[in-house]
Amino acid sequence: MVTVSTETIALTSEPDVVAVRRRVREVSAKLGFSLVDQTKVVTAASELARNTLIYGGGGTMHMETLNGPRVGLKLIFEDNGPGIPNIELALRDGYTTGTGLGLGLGGAKRLANEFSVDSRVGEGTKVMITRWK
Amino acid sequence: MEKIPILRMGDYLLVTIQVDMHDRLAMALQDDLTKRISETSAHGVLIDISSLEMVDSFIGRMLSNIAGMSRVLDAETVVVGMQPAVAITLVELGLSLPGIRTALNVDAGMELLRSSMNGI
Repeated sequence: MVTVSTETIALTSEPDVVAVRRRVREVSAKLGFSLVDQTKVVTAASELARNTLIYGGGGTMHMETLNGPRVGLKLIFEDNGPGIPNIELALRDGYTTGTGLGLGLGGAKRLANEFSVDSRVGEGTKVMITRWK
Repeated sequence: MEKIPILRMGDYLLVTIQVDMHDRLAMALQDDLTKRISETSAHGVLIDISSLEMVDSFIGRMLSNIAGMSRVLDAETVVVGMQPAVAITLVELGLSLPGIRTALNVDAGMELLRSSMNGI
């Protein structure tokens, strides 16, 4: 797997979530994703960016474009927030500790081809998704 | 502050969302719209989302909230113009927008509002 390009976007305020959506849209379009696949990865990015901001207290999104043998987009959301004590519960639809619908994490997982979450209580959370072309 | 315009046309309020909304803007629209419904006694709200390239759980919830609040204020809401890619993604995300009436375009949406008002 070859990483072609990388970039990082800071997530510290609400307009940053919009910036993430816009940038993921641009890059996925450039990679040749279909419109449906672009929309899926942008929507997943929006959910995860909001989680990073609201639950993680801010953080970053790191984006990698992948090539060889497959073309894909990998997004890594990282924060130094309180962490998720029970990931299984956090992935369940309808579960939320905030004011949302509780679809963010589980929804993003369904919209991605690969998904992983690494969280340590008191240290932070790292969520990684990959969508292949 | 940035705002999404709400147009009044007879008994109806029309909203066309043309910007990629951040969460606070979506919340502001919800508040503005309910205020306008009660001020104008509008009986129908038509929300055109044909320019929206993405609806995530937050925006989906905002649309559901608007429909619910409007109903309590005696107004019907119709969401029109959702792009097919957005619809596919929404359902996969886990949102089917329960309680929201939809139509493919503005004409069909207005027709739906008119017929629901005549039915009263």
